[in-house]
Amino acid sequence: MQLTPDEEAALSGRHGDIMQMAYRILVATGEATGAERLVPVEWVHLSGVNYNTIGDAGEAFLRSIRDRAKVRVRTTLNPMGFDIDSVGSYDLGEGFIQKQRSIQESYAMMGVETTFSCVPYDILQLPRPGSQVALAESNAAIHANSLDGLHTNKESAFSALASALTGKSPYGPLRQDMPPDMAVEMAVSDPTELEWGMLGYFAGRVCEGHAGICGAVQPDTRGCKAICGGMGTSGMCGRFSFGEAPPGRERVEFGPAEAAGIRDELNTAEKGDLIILGSPQLSFGEIRDLVAMLGGRRFAKKCMVFCPRTVKERAAAAGYLDILERANCTLLADCCACLTPLVSAETTDSVTTNSIKGAYYLGRSNGVGVCLKPLNRIIREETV
Amino acid sequence: MKRMVGGRARGIVMRSFRPINFLGMIDKRTGMVGDISHDLHGRRLAGSILVFPHGSGSSVGAYTIHSLQSQGVAPAAMICERADLTVATGCAVAGIPMAVATESEMGMLRGGDRVLVDTDAGILEVE
Repeated sequence: MQLTPDEEAALSGRHGDIMQMAYRILVATGEATGAERLVPVEWVHLSGVNYNTIGDAGEAFLRSIRDRAKVRVRTTLNPMGFDIDSVGSYDLGEGFIQKQRSIQESYAMMGVETTFSCVPYDILQLPRPGSQVALAESNAAIHANSLDGLHTNKESAFSALASALTGKSPYGPLRQDMPPDMAVEMAVSDPTELEWGMLGYFAGRVCEGHAGICGAVQPDTRGCKAICGGMGTSGMCGRFSFGEAPPGRERVEFGPAEAAGIRDELNTAEKGDLIILGSPQLSFGEIRDLVAMLGGRRFAKKCMVFCPRTVKERAAAAGYLDILERANCTLLADCCACLTPLVSAETTDSVTTNSIKGAYYLGRSNGVGVCLKPLNRIIREETV
Repeated sequence: MKRMVGGRARGIVMRSFRPINFLGMIDKRTGMVGDISHDLHGRRLAGSILVFPHGSGSSVGAYTIHSLQSQGVAPAAMICERADLTVATGCAVAGIPMAVATESEMGMLRGGDRVLVDTDAGILEVE
């Protein structure tokens, strides 16, 4: 990758150790994406916030740079570990809360907006289409490239941090408007959001760049979010579009056999002790739909619903918070189901969810069993 | 071999044929592979020359790699078939040499081999 004289100077340490670290990260990012130069970015979204994921080493790292590191562009933030409104109901311990607060303070001191959301596309005014951005949350990066007309690498937590500190990012292939690398044919009929999530998970495994999804029309926003979540979980793919790939490109089918294979891998329980919705976090529209779908019925077991803070506030103002509480739902803001410390294998055997991303991390990292069902079936079978 | 992060290391090859999701599969304090469905299940990464196809999944896996280094349980070097940003930047912050190897270089590396890697000089030698 070619650097300007000023960028070379920063890499050699002449602008301090923070900038040197940032440029080292950008150079590694440039090598990994095959980029030839850095380009300015207009918005950065950071991951690496939940103390449950970054741990003591991550907390100490952020604390060690916060006095000297300042973001140069608008920078927003992924979810943290808990909702402060209800943290007392969970057995997290004072140590966890303190470390999480330190992480929050570190980001705030660097000038980051503490949005604590993995669905920035649902709650923020986005830069105009065509803009270069750098989003570390995998589902949000895929959403930006595929549905919002923005351009981002499939950033890592550190490449996005380096972009926030420098305002720049390597001009990798996903930043250029390239046609699909391969076609993935949707051959499951009448897919729910669960099958769309599986298709995303499948495409993320077989495709490394841009997947063209053919054989189906674009689903509603819940289906699209499910594709983003599934795709971000399984592999390196950073974009999808609906339509054919150019002639000569590889074509693979996602049919009932492929869906069954993913179900065998991720569905590990017959039923769940509790229900988890919101991986990625739910938008206000999805909360409104949930209220409508419930139609006055209540869940027979506890249902955890993850959403951004602004969505929880809007839901409260609209009266949905009370309705959902009566329906046995707990709305949790600022956190999400992915690597949540609020679900532990010590107290929970298994969960029911409609999210492929949630199923993957709840199973692998939280160590609980997972029962996968689409939302309409969860409501039909689990309410009274 | 193409350098992603410069450096030199010696160690025993730990070979995996499956992508590694550092956030979901690896214990960040011990470096133990916890995922029962992975071909490295139950192994500890510390000090190894970790050879695998590529990283997958969460962008936060970069912090996991940094955490492994802070705890003294990180691999000594990583060699992949394909580059991904989570692994490359995690190694950049942690100071772990990392490279993308050619198909023939990958074919030459077997679990248990003792190798020398110098990603700056482009050296990969089975000793």
